[in-house]
Amino acid sequence: MSDSKRQAREYDDIPGTTVFDADMARKGYHVNQFAMSLMKAENRERFLADEEAYLDEWPVTAEQRQSIMDRDFNRLISLGGNIYYIAKIFSTDRQSFQYAAAEMTGLTQDEYRAMMIGGGRSPIGNMYKEESE
Amino acid sequence: MAKVTGGITTSHVPAIGAAIDHGKTGEDYWKPLFKGFEYVKEWAKKTKPDVVILVFNDHATAFDQNFVPTFALGCADEYQPADEGWGPRQVPVVKGHPELAAHIAQSVIQDDFDLTVVNKMDVDHGLTVPMSLVFDQSEDWPCQVVPLAVNVILYPPPSGKRCFNLGKALRNAIDSYPEDLNVQVWGTGGMSHQLQGPRAGFINSEFDNDFLDKFVDDPEALADMPHIKYLREAGAEGIELVMWMVMRGAMDKEVDLKHRFYHVPASNTAVGHLVMENKVDKQA
Repeated sequence: MSDSKRQAREYDDIPGTTVFDADMARKGYHVNQFAMSLMKAENRERFLADEEAYLDEWPVTAEQRQSIMDRDFNRLISLGGNIYYIAKIFSTDRQSFQYAAAEMTGLTQDEYRAMMIGGGRSPIGNMYKEESE
Repeated sequence: MAKVTGGITTSHVPAIGAAIDHGKTGEDYWKPLFKGFEYVKEWAKKTKPDVVILVFNDHATAFDQNFVPTFALGCADEYQPADEGWGPRQVPVVKGHPELAAHIAQSVIQDDFDLTVVNKMDVDHGLTVPMSLVFDQSEDWPCQVVPLAVNVILYPPPSGKRCFNLGKALRNAIDSYPEDLNVQVWGTGGMSHQLQGPRAGFINSEFDNDFLDKFVDDPEALADMPHIKYLREAGAEGIELVMWMVMRGAMDKEVDLKHRFYHVPASNTAVGHLVMENKVDKQA
């Protein structure tokens, strides 16, 4: 399904957020199923040994494939990846949710951790796109 | 007869499990969090549940994108801790209560809640982290568990109201189970957090504390909260809080609040935790 056919949703105006609805799930189906495969230790080993070869087994788009190789999580999410599936990829890299979150927000891990200890990202200015811009 | 005597709610952050598993609970970062769970450990030892109905969500572990059940009831003898990409947590196998689960399926499905019956399901941090928080690490978990997995990953999850009413149906089912069982209902997940995208790290303690207030005193009104409010004000992943509503629906309208705890952060998440008991049971 092309994006142009997607209906407008009430959550489209939340800044910095992609809601994983059925449209996104369809778009990201193969990405997410690939990520799921990394829950088996032998698959993790095979993937880490030769990412290109492993990804050849999955019918992901060229753009999705590149985003996986680049560990570009924001882009992967825009292409239908869901964070709980993507977690299998960064867990395979022995990285935490906090590492991935820092990546996606453009902060270093130390900066991100400090932000969280300071109470997290404030709701003020972060609930509507218009006020966050 | 089986009886719902009490319940808890708690966040189920995976990093909490990792902190327990790697002996980090005494570190400065984690100390205040684990202090907030000292009460419930004692409470659980005292109240000794036979069975916990554990409402949680599967984080793309047992269910992939091929099948996404909205409500999935575990009817198995046991559940293995899942390998979420790091290898399985070294925690005991979770023992089920297939007879009670089968009774719940009979009762709740005929009460118009179309549960998916699951006979094999590995359980992830959503279920095992609350178990560790309440029971510590032990050889065997001290109670049986009926897992109830709620979809909160593929939008839309069930509404808060639907979850609240499912809790009521669950209560009817438990109340009509002939064996004498001390049953607790646990609601897990939340509180405010967002794990994805440029807004990751979103925390809204005002929302959370208001939610905690209403959850205890005015759950009927809270059940009407629309999804957009959760997404916008509690973060995209904060919508897990609908799962708490199942627990609240299974409790009495008026409850004794035994313990309330709120802490920011655990990794990316605001942690909320309540312990409550049904008032009637004390007089019985």
